[in-house]
Amino acid sequence: MALLKITSPHAHGPMSTARVMQLVMLATVPGVITLSYFFGLGVISNIIFACIVALLAESLVLILRKKPLQFYLGDCSALVTAILLGIAMPPGSPWWLIMVGVGFAILIAKHIYGGMGYNPFNPAMVGYVVLLISYPLEMTHWAAPLGSFEGSTPGLIDAFSALLFGHESVDAVTMATPLDLLKQNNSLLIDDLWLQNPQFGRWAGLGWEWANLAFLAGGLFLLSQRVFTWHAPISMLISLTIMSLFFYDNGSSASGGSPLFHLLSGATMFGAFFIVTDPVTSAVSNKGRIIYGASIGVLLYLIRSWGNYPDAIAFSVLLMNFAAPLLDYYTQPRTYGHQKKARNEGDGK
Amino acid sequence: MRKVWDIHGGIHPQQNKSQSNQHAIVSAGIPDQLIFPLSQHIGAPAAPIVEVGQRVLKGQTLAAAKGFVSVPVHASTSGEVIAIEQRVIPHPSGMTAPCIIVKPDGRDEWITLSGIGDFTTVEKSVLLKRIGDSGIAGMGGAGFPSAVKLSTRDDHNIETLIINGTECEPYITADDLLMRERADEIIEGSKILRHLINPAKEVLIGVEDNKPEAIAALQQAAEGSGIDIVPFPTKYPSGGEKQLIEILTGKEVPCGGLPADVGIVCQNIGTTVAIYRAVKFGEPLISRITTVTGYACKEQRNFEVLLGSPVSFLLDQCGFSQEDCTRLIMGGPMMGFTLENSDVPVVKTTNCLLAPTREEFPPPPPAQACIRCGMCAEACPVSLLPQQLYWFARGKEYEKLEAHNLMDCIECGACSFSCPSNIPLVQYYRASKADIRQQKQDNIKSDQSKLRFEARQQRLEREAIEKEAKRKARREKAHAASNDGSGKVDAVQAAIERARAKKEGQLSDPAQAAIEKAMARRSGTEATAPRDKASLEQAVASAEKRLASASEKLASAEQEGADTAAAFRVAVDKMTAKLEQAKTALTGFVEAPVTNTDSDPAQAAIARAMANRQTQENLSEGDKLEQTIASLEKRLLKARDKLTTAEAAGDDNASIMADAVTKLEGKLADANNQRANKA
Ligand code: SF4
Ligand code: SF4
Repeated sequence: MALLKITSPHAHGPMSTARVMQLVMLATVPGVITLSYFFGLGVISNIIFACIVALLAESLVLILRKKPLQFYLGDCSALVTAILLGIAMPPGSPWWLIMVGVGFAILIAKHIYGGMGYNPFNPAMVGYVVLLISYPLEMTHWAAPLGSFEGSTPGLIDAFSALLFGHESVDAVTMATPLDLLKQNNSLLIDDLWLQNPQFGRWAGLGWEWANLAFLAGGLFLLSQRVFTWHAPISMLISLTIMSLFFYDNGSSASGGSPLFHLLSGATMFGAFFIVTDPVTSAVSNKGRIIYGASIGVLLYLIRSWGNYPDAIAFSVLLMNFAAPLLDYYTQPRTYGHQKKARNEGDGK
Repeated sequence: MRKVWDIHGGIHPQQNKSQSNQHAIVSAGIPDQLIFPLSQHIGAPAAPIVEVGQRVLKGQTLAAAKGFVSVPVHASTSGEVIAIEQRVIPHPSGMTAPCIIVKPDGRDEWITLSGIGDFTTVEKSVLLKRIGDSGIAGMGGAGFPSAVKLSTRDDHNIETLIINGTECEPYITADDLLMRERADEIIEGSKILRHLINPAKEVLIGVEDNKPEAIAALQQAAEGSGIDIVPFPTKYPSGGEKQLIEILTGKEVPCGGLPADVGIVCQNIGTTVAIYRAVKFGEPLISRITTVTGYACKEQRNFEVLLGSPVSFLLDQCGFSQEDCTRLIMGGPMMGFTLENSDVPVVKTTNCLLAPTREEFPPPPPAQACIRCGMCAEACPVSLLPQQLYWFARGKEYEKLEAHNLMDCIECGACSFSCPSNIPLVQYYRASKADIRQQKQDNIKSDQSKLRFEARQQRLEREAIEKEAKRKARREKAHAASNDGSGKVDAVQAAIERARAKKEGQLSDPAQAAIEKAMARRSGTEATAPRDKASLEQAVASAEKRLASASEKLASAEQEGADTAAAFRVAVDKMTAKLEQAKTALTGFVEAPVTNTDSDPAQAAIARAMANRQTQENLSEGDKLEQTIASLEKRLLKARDKLTTAEAAGDDNASIMADAVTKLEGKLADANNQRANKA
């Protein structure tokens, strides 16, 4: 056999992009199971349909751009986007809603910018925000969690009929989420609010607290696999904790909710470990990622408390996506043997 | 246990060391042919001092060091020099270079060796010379001349001497085995180095903790010697000089500086043993330990191999199967380079031959897009942002690359290893670095050629003006000559005046000119040539000093792989030349001291010119004219002569000379005219 002429290094580590993506998908499993338990199988139908749409959209673009299908589909990045969006959407969303969201994410947010690795904004979050702005009603239509009402959550049949025919056909019970309730509350002490609304659960909302814990577990798994570093997610959680402590106000009627409530409600953990950690759209250096994560935490709290939307992972993340290049510019690490970080006029992106 | 520091990043590739470290080192024997590249080190290639057909002995110098940063090459066994020719050398580019080929005679006859019994009793300079003359260059990979590295400047306060026994690359076990089997020699070598460097604080031998046997052996050998064996956690690339320094001392070598700047000198294990043998026994560097490994070989082990042995000679002894091997690597899997054939020789820096199978190192899959995951930045030991560098390298944004410290990249490959998208990052960096260096050189060159161009432009302009003036003068002269029938005018005087008009600044009176010229020459010699012995000696001394400092700078630049190395080399060469000049001047002075001003040639020339003028003034007009004609004829002859040689040589000056000839012809015709008129 002829000898290859290859430059060093000759050895390669075990990581591949496809493996990274597969690990991320794997890590969503506990969260998805928990969500399905509390909110019914609508989560599953969301994810399945989102994946189908994502694969079709991705293939379409690849064919148009004349790229090898197998090689590019093989990186699984489209599937990850689809799964994340499927989780973020209300369980049992109708097909057209999913199609619009995923289609926008893949076609516009990802490929218009040059495809994988080139997109400045997190595609799943772009898709989510587009839906939230265009279809606010559908997007805030959350099913009530198990245990807050009599009866069972939607099963497989219910989920797919919701997917195909929309919610009208299903007799689903919906309910305001704890974040909505807290936001609307202005007369009750926190403790009373908790008592009056069964969906608050123990700490942060029935179902929600468990789902958050499950996503936390998935996130810790990814950390242990060194899929990402701790910097962005942990700094985001810390800054969120600090913000909520600051405004907790001992549970008065004007309270913003306890740190525990904020950490375990809504999409906090899902966002911290699955959205904030999206490498493509975050800052690159460790210091940059700390600032990036912390800023998202602060924004998240600000929008939750005073913004128009009860949960704000998507907005905070997209806002910080804007700032990422700037962060990169100001947080170059100090190179070995240099006194200070090098920077000159030609630098900035 | 001693405190060790951690470096940023780093990776943990599969060790794969157990394949080759199970057997003791064996001698590889004598091959049919030995190939000695003249350049196995950083610096100027050695210059051959043997001839084809000459018989050489084992240890005999084949090629001598050329310049300060260079080392000689020695025959590794006795035999006959059969060729001095271009051969493919071990180099990433697969290029050829001059090599001396020796056919061994099998007798393995040594030259007479003389060791230094007690190294503490001899001058350090003697030791350094011995190390340099033994052809020792860093055996860890770079091949920097050891004697140069060990000649530390006086203003460097060396605190720590570090012996690098890290061997962090996977697969390679040459140093491991050396430490296990020859720990005593390493300790003895370290003592020599300690004596040479005289570190204020400590001598450390750094070894990764994946070599427990080596550590134990060294510790035993170092008992009571005051040399510290420091084990530290295994991580690639701890063995890089800068990285090891950080691990053992917590200090960082400043960018663009030397370890000596932070009080540290570093030497490799293999080099230490070579230095020991050179000092103790007088043995030059003629063999080394090389690991042969990879599953395309049936057997993986370490050899003591004669330098110059072809790679194939080693592979054949290990049951190498060409069919199974997809790439042949010299060096380790992280930083080694591929060989295109196995005829290249083992050189001073060859620590490993790696012949992996396809399964071991499959061909790299196509690169995917960078997902900015930052795994590369996590792995980079010098805290670069490889993903950003990649981005800029693709865009050929050299300024940004430099702003992001691309030049500090040690090409360790940790980033490529970690990249999940299989991007050959290091390849991009190498290419960009080469481009940046090229660009810098081009800039220097274009600056120089701009200067040259401007100078030429000025010269051409000046010449055009002069020519124009000459033409004018000639026209006037012709005019004057046509009015010259009366012969009233003093022809010579007229000629002088015309000549004055011809060229500004040109002296009309040739005699006066000669005087001025001679005077100028004299004052010039006076200004440049020191008149007494003391100042000559001073000149030699200062030239020597300057050369030494330049050589040192060159050494550090080369060690750093700095771009300025080339410039320094030129400077060193120049200074060497100057020194030679100064030395010859001094010897010349001592042999024939110029003390008598009367014998001063300049003075004599002035006197002569003055005398000439005197006689000329005394001559009658007719005589003067005769003389003018005679001298003009002589000059014309000379000028014609010059012109023909210049034309034959294709000299640029030919046209100028042709001009001069025409001018002279004109003058002669003039003078002849005058004579005719007079007659
Ligand atoms: S490891 Fe590879 S994919 Fe990840 S940021 Fe670095 S270059 Fe990009
Ligand atoms: S090759 Fe260069 S950029 Fe890559 S890890 Fe090594 S030093 Fe850092």
